[in-house]
Amino acid sequence: MSELAAVVGMGQTKHSSKNGEVSIAGLVRESAEKALLDAELEWEDIDAVILGKAPDMFEGVMMPELYLTDALVANNKPILRVHTAGSVGGSTGIVAASYIQSGMFERVLVSTFEKQSESNAMWALSTTVPYAPLINAGAGGYFTPYMREYKRRFNVPEHIGRIVAVKDRLNALKNPYAHLHIPDINLEMVEKSPMLWDPLTFLESCPSSDGACSLVISSERSVTDNQLPAWIHSTSMRSEPTMYAGRDAVNPQAGSECAKDVYKKAGIKDPIKEIDCAEIYVPFSWYEPMWLENLLLADIGQGWLMTEKGHTSLEGKFPVNMSGGVLSSNPIGASGLLRFGEAAQQVRNKAGEYQVQGAKLALGHAFGGGAQFFAMWIVGANKP
Amino acid sequence: MSEEKILEFEAPIYFKYSYTAGKTTTSFLNSIKKGKLVGQKCPKCRGVYVPPRGSCPKDGVATEEEIELPDIGTVESFTINYLPIPGGAVDPPYVSANIILDGADLAFMHIVDGIDHSEVRVGMRVKAHWKPKNEWKASLENIAYFQPIDEPDLPLNHLSDEKNA
Amino acid sequence: MREVAVIAYAQTPMTRDAGAQNEVELIMQVVHQALDEVKLNQTDIDFTCSGSCDYLQGVTFAFVDGLNAVSSVPPINESHVEMDAAWALYESWLKIQMEEADVALVYGFGKSSPGELRSIMTLQLDPYYLAPLWPDSVSLAALQAKAMIDNKMITEESMAKVVKRSRKNAKSNPNSQLSGDFSIGDLLSEPIFVSPLRKHDCSPITDGASAIILATKEKALSLCRNPAFITSIDHRVETAQFGYRNLTSSPSIQKSSEVINLSDYSIDAAELHAPFSHQELLLIKELQLNEEVSINKSGGVLAGNIMMSAGLDRIGSMFNLIKSGKVRTGLAHATSGPCLQQNMLIIMESKNE
Repeated sequence: MSELAAVVGMGQTKHSSKNGEVSIAGLVRESAEKALLDAELEWEDIDAVILGKAPDMFEGVMMPELYLTDALVANNKPILRVHTAGSVGGSTGIVAASYIQSGMFERVLVSTFEKQSESNAMWALSTTVPYAPLINAGAGGYFTPYMREYKRRFNVPEHIGRIVAVKDRLNALKNPYAHLHIPDINLEMVEKSPMLWDPLTFLESCPSSDGACSLVISSERSVTDNQLPAWIHSTSMRSEPTMYAGRDAVNPQAGSECAKDVYKKAGIKDPIKEIDCAEIYVPFSWYEPMWLENLLLADIGQGWLMTEKGHTSLEGKFPVNMSGGVLSSNPIGASGLLRFGEAAQQVRNKAGEYQVQGAKLALGHAFGGGAQFFAMWIVGANKP
Repeated sequence: MSEEKILEFEAPIYFKYSYTAGKTTTSFLNSIKKGKLVGQKCPKCRGVYVPPRGSCPKDGVATEEEIELPDIGTVESFTINYLPIPGGAVDPPYVSANIILDGADLAFMHIVDGIDHSEVRVGMRVKAHWKPKNEWKASLENIAYFQPIDEPDLPLNHLSDEKNA
Repeated sequence: MREVAVIAYAQTPMTRDAGAQNEVELIMQVVHQALDEVKLNQTDIDFTCSGSCDYLQGVTFAFVDGLNAVSSVPPINESHVEMDAAWALYESWLKIQMEEADVALVYGFGKSSPGELRSIMTLQLDPYYLAPLWPDSVSLAALQAKAMIDNKMITEESMAKVVKRSRKNAKSNPNSQLSGDFSIGDLLSEPIFVSPLRKHDCSPITDGASAIILATKEKALSLCRNPAFITSIDHRVETAQFGYRNLTSSPSIQKSSEVINLSDYSIDAAELHAPFSHQELLLIKELQLNEEVSINKSGGVLAGNIMMSAGLDRIGSMFNLIKSGKVRTGLAHATSGPCLQQNMLIIMESKNE
C-alpha cells in the first residue's frame, strides 16, 4: 500500500511578464520560502527537492537543478528534475508525491518556475529542422485549428471563448499573485482585442510570465496539528504520441483515460457531483469547454453549455480556475503546479478571496506537448 | 549612497548543430526534391504517414514500406494567423491548415492560399501549388502552399478527427 | 520496501557519430531489444520513464519525439527527467515502491555528435557569474585533476593506469567505442590536451541509447533467470559554487554511502560513472573500494559515453555481470553535473543460490 501524502504548504511569486528584481535562483527561492513558511517548517525539515520546468532553452540554463542546489538548500540532499512539456508542473507535483507515497521520505519540497524574460521563448519554441517551412509560432498556431474544429463540430456559438476569457480575468482580480489584472475586463474588450489566430483574440490567450510556485508535501505521520493538510487522494499521468493515424486532437484519449484513472483511484464515481471545484490548464479560452468534456465533467459537445450558463464561474455550480488560471498567469514550468497547488489551497480553505465555500474535494489538471501529456491529482480536506 | 541598479546584462549563446535528418527523412527529402511526396505504411496498423518519421508512433514499430501519395488532399482543421513569426515563411495574415493527403492517415501543417481566407473550410479539397522547379530543394517548402480545387467538399466523417468523436 | 530488480538491459553500439540514425531510430532498437529479452510488450509495462537533454540535439522537447519509439496507443503512464536516465530509473523505482507499477521501462538517449558538447556543458553553470566566462567541461575537470595531483592523491601515471584498464576491459564489450591494449608508456607519451589531461583521460563523444526493464521480485523471477536486485539506492547533489567545493572530495558520495550502508556489503565489482580518468580514482577513494573490487569491467565511460544514458549504462553493465553469474554483489554509480556534482549509488545483488 502506498503511504498517504498531503500538501502542507504552498508558495508562489507575483507573476509578471518580466521580473527584473530577482535572479532565477531568487525567483525559485522566494516561492520555496513562502511554501516553507506556510507549512511552518524550516529548510532542514526537507528531505528531498524535486524541480520542474519547461525547456532549458527558455532561460539558457541546461539542467538548472544543478545551479539551483544552493538556492534550494539541496546540498547533500536528493534533487530530481522533471520535464514533461507544459504538463511539467503537474508531473513534478506527482513525482514529488511519489517520494512520499513510496514511504522513502517524510517531507519534500517541489519547486517549479519559468523566467522567460531572460531569453526569447518564442525563439526557443520555433527552432526548426531545416526541411520544413516555419509557419507555426509557439503554441497558439498549433492549438487554434483544434479549437476551431471543436467549435465547428458542435456548432458552438462565438461568444463562449470570450466568456471564459472574462471569467478567468475577473477571478484573477481576487488573486494578488496573478499576472494579469484587468479591472474593466468585459466581453466587448475581449472581442475587440487583436485577432491572433482566428477565432482566438489576444485576450483569449495566456500571457507569458516570469514566476515560480513551490509546495511542501508531507507524509501522514509528519503532518503536524498546526498544518492544514490537503490530502492527496489520487494522482495520474498519461501520454500519447503527438500525432498518429486516427488521433482525435480535440478530445485526446490520453486526457480522458487519465481522468478516468484519477477518479477511479480516488473512489469517485460521479465526478461532477462529488468534486467541488477544479483548476484546469486552460491556456486558450476554448480549452475550458473542451477539457470539461475530456475530463468527463460534461457530455461530449455539452461542455460549452456549462460555461455559457455560468456554472464554471466562482459562484457557479462547478467553479473552474478560481485563481484566474493559466489565462491570467503563465510561468510555463510552474503553471501545472499552480493548478495543483491552487486546488490544494481550496480544500485547505486558504484560497482567500477566491475561496469556494466548503470546498472539500478538488481537481488539479495540467497538459502539455500537442495536448498529449496529462497530469492530474485529486486533493481533499479529509483523508481518503 | 545610491548605487546604479544593474537589472540586466547580455550573455548571448550561439551553438552550431549539424542536424541529422535520419534515414527515413533523408529518403523523404530526396523524393520531394524531385517533386514527389512519399509516405510510409505501418506494418501493424497499416496507417500511412506523410511526412514519414520512420516509426508508427501508435505502435512504436519501424515503418519501412514506402508509398507515393498524390499532392491532393483535404483540409482537416485550420486557423488564420495574424501574429508574425521571426523568420517565418510568410507574412500574416495567412491560413495554416492541417492537410490530410489522399491515401494518408495523418495530416501535416501547411499553408492554404489562392482563396479568400474567409472561404477556407474544413473538408475543402486542396492541391499543392509547387514553387518553380528551379527553386526546388530538399524541403517541404518546395510546396509554396495548397490551393482549392474544383471538387465537392469531403464529407466530414471521412476525416480522421471524426473517428473517435 | 518492495524488492525490485533489473531484468533486462539493451544498449546500441556506442559510436562517435551515429550519422543517419536519428534519436527515434536509436531508441526503438533498444526498447524492442529489452522487451524481447523478457518477452514483454509495451502493454505489459505499467510505467515508462526516460532521460534526455534538449541541448544535446539543440531541439526543445526532444523527448516528445523520442516517445514515437515507444508504443503509446492506448495512452501510457509515462514521465521524463531532463537528467541522466539513471534518475528516470530512480523515479520508476519509486513508482514500484508505491505500488503504482510492477514493471517499468526506462530509457535514455543522447546524440552528442551534432553539437559542440564541451561548450554546451558550460550552460550547466551559474548563468550570471560563471557561464558567461565559458569555462568548458574539460577545463573544469582539468582543474579537479590538477588539484588531486597537487594533493598527491594521484599521478599522471595512476591516471594512465585507469585508461589502460578501461581500454583493455572494453575489448570484451561488443558495444564499446574505444578499446585495445596500451602500455603506460604509450599513454604517457601522448600530448597534453588540457593540462594535466590527455585526450584519453576524457570520455569520448558518443551517440547512442539504452533501455532497462525493472520489475518486482515476483515478476522478475518469472521473467529472468538471474535478475539483479536493487538492494539499496540513493542519490545526492552538492553545491554548484566551485568556490565552495573541495574538488578532491565528494560529500554527496560519502553521505549516499552511509545511507545505502555501503560498508555492510561485500562488493565484488563496481561500475563507476567517471567521465575523466582521475574521477574514477576519486570515486574509488570516496567509496573506500579495496583492490579486490573489480572496477568497470565494461570499460566504463572512458570506452564510450552516451550522454544522458551513461549512468543508466552503469546499472545495465552491472546487471550484465550479475546475470551472467560473474558478480554476486555489485555497486553501480551514476553522476551528473560538472566534476561529479551529483551522484547516485545503487547496490545490486543476485539472489540465486
